[in-house]
Amino acid sequence: MRRSAAEHETTEIAFVRRTPLAPQPPPKTMTGALGWLRANLLSTPLNVALTVGVALLLAFAVPELVRFLIVDAVWTGEGRDACLESVQHREIGACWPFIWERLPYFIYGSYPIPERWRVDLFFAMLAVAIAWLMWLDAPRRDLGVFYAFVVLPICAYVLLHGVAAFGLPVVDTVLWGGVLVTLVVASVGIACSLPLGIMLALGRRSRMPAVRLLSTVFIEFVRGVPLITVLFMASVMLPLFVPQYLEPDKLLRALIGIALFASAYMAEVVRAGLQAIPRGQYEGAMAIGLRYWAMMRLVILPQALRITIPNIVNTYIGLFKDTTLVFIVGIFDFLRTIEVARIDPKWATPVTSTTGYAVAAIFYLVFCYGMSRYSRAVEARLAAGESR
Amino acid sequence: MMPEDHAASSRPGRPSRLATGVAIEIVGLNKWYGDFHVLRDINLKVMSGERIVICGPSGSGKSTMIRCINRLEEHQSGRIVVDGVELTDDVRKIDEIRRDVGMVFQHFNLFPHLTVMENCTLAPIWVRKMPKREAEDIALHYLKRVKIPEQAHKYPGQLSGGQQQRVAIARALCMNPKIMLFDEPTSALDPEMVKEVLDTMVELAEDGMTMLVVTHEMGFARQVADRIVFMDEGQIIETNVPEEFFAHPRHERTRLFLGQILR
Repeated sequence: MRRSAAEHETTEIAFVRRTPLAPQPPPKTMTGALGWLRANLLSTPLNVALTVGVALLLAFAVPELVRFLIVDAVWTGEGRDACLESVQHREIGACWPFIWERLPYFIYGSYPIPERWRVDLFFAMLAVAIAWLMWLDAPRRDLGVFYAFVVLPICAYVLLHGVAAFGLPVVDTVLWGGVLVTLVVASVGIACSLPLGIMLALGRRSRMPAVRLLSTVFIEFVRGVPLITVLFMASVMLPLFVPQYLEPDKLLRALIGIALFASAYMAEVVRAGLQAIPRGQYEGAMAIGLRYWAMMRLVILPQALRITIPNIVNTYIGLFKDTTLVFIVGIFDFLRTIEVARIDPKWATPVTSTTGYAVAAIFYLVFCYGMSRYSRAVEARLAAGESR
Repeated sequence: MMPEDHAASSRPGRPSRLATGVAIEIVGLNKWYGDFHVLRDINLKVMSGERIVICGPSGSGKSTMIRCINRLEEHQSGRIVVDGVELTDDVRKIDEIRRDVGMVFQHFNLFPHLTVMENCTLAPIWVRKMPKREAEDIALHYLKRVKIPEQAHKYPGQLSGGQQQRVAIARALCMNPKIMLFDEPTSALDPEMVKEVLDTMVELAEDGMTMLVVTHEMGFARQVADRIVFMDEGQIIETNVPEEFFAHPRHERTRLFLGQILR
């Protein structure tokens, strides 16, 4: 007894622990559902207010959405009468028959009906490429890169544009439209902007003055001009300088415009990542004898790109949505096909436009949120691998 | 006084390593950062197998000098000849020298996105064009030598500072360098990890590696160095064998410096 009392005597200068302390479980308020609620939703008065506010907003918006999209929606019908309140004598929500009927137009645009299997095949090949590249444990990812960046573009050109010699009649890009155009423009933009952006970023940090100047001028010029202007210039001004027979296809011009535009933004994103890499990494790489390109490819870029994943995906999401701007040069992307269809007199009702826009919103949301989630997953995985 | 161009003196109790060749020759080296004259007329000749410890107050140009040897820093005048190759703007010569000169940094500079094994095999595979299997065998050999083969598949961030520095030593050795440069290899370590790194370096020295070590570890200098080079304000102030250097420092600034670090 006396010894134990002495052990806890705080005024005593010397102390020796005689009984080791075993770790205790944390208090109940830190764990389980209650702990989660406290930590995430109700931690401060401001947080409580925000939680209540968001809950009210959801309580208002979600039932309305469900009512419009599902409960009051019209599911079948043969024309505008099916979706007219004055005919049906009930509350009318979304007009789904309109979507069902025009769906092929939303997907293929005016692509000739007998040739649409070619587009389907392209979609399947694109899906394979995306899955192969996005699945980080996929077998032979090197082959996947080759497939996505060499095989797919060639096949896509042969399939979509057509080569008469292969028995595939040429389909002018004027007829392309809908999801097809949106996916073609977005994937070309996404696939080109990162490599181009990396080259521009390296160029801007180059020790060679000419390379640095050219890269900087390009980046600053493109960033200083709205995308709409780039597209207008590509479609209106280019023909003034290039002879008729050399004049590239309208869609191709828009593709180049968007790819260059996105790469200027990507360059700045990548440059930020390059600047975040400590000097010691460059020195370590140089000291073991790596040359410039090997150092960049093996040491610097893997780290720089990893820390910029959120920004890269941010740029991609912006790019995906910016593809809708191609409509101003007369290209019928997905949103434009909905725009065209919604004013079709056959389906003219008060809910047609809302239904069309709802579908467009869902389409873009699915793709953009998908990219966002995927990037979060990749980040988490890379962070777990290194556990820094 | 001018630094003497003397070869490794054979010291008692050590295998005599008579001049088998000049590893590094620095003649009249000058370097400026803008207007600041960081290295002033440096002359130093290092023989193969010689161990040189470079010390001096911070900002004296020690690190800058050894970083000039593998061209992490450019010099503006003077000659640096490493293993018979003169360092110029010629990229091929820089590459050649970097292949033969290993370097260990204060902050390790391991590549955090690669495992220990990948850190060690990167240069052999990409610079020496060695098959992966062979590079891994060599890496494992050196990781055993620095006593951490079991960490080969971890990432640098999962290791302690001392372990990371030993990996960095192994990584440099995997290129089979003729010369090793150490830039304050223990300065960023927690005190209890300094010894494991110094022990590794002592072993390396005993195997006859040509070493240039910038360090404040005077115990290491005493034990290992053939010569100590004392620098201040970008100049070599005094060079001598350790016994003489510590017992009879000849220059006023050397005495002052030793008085400050040897309490």
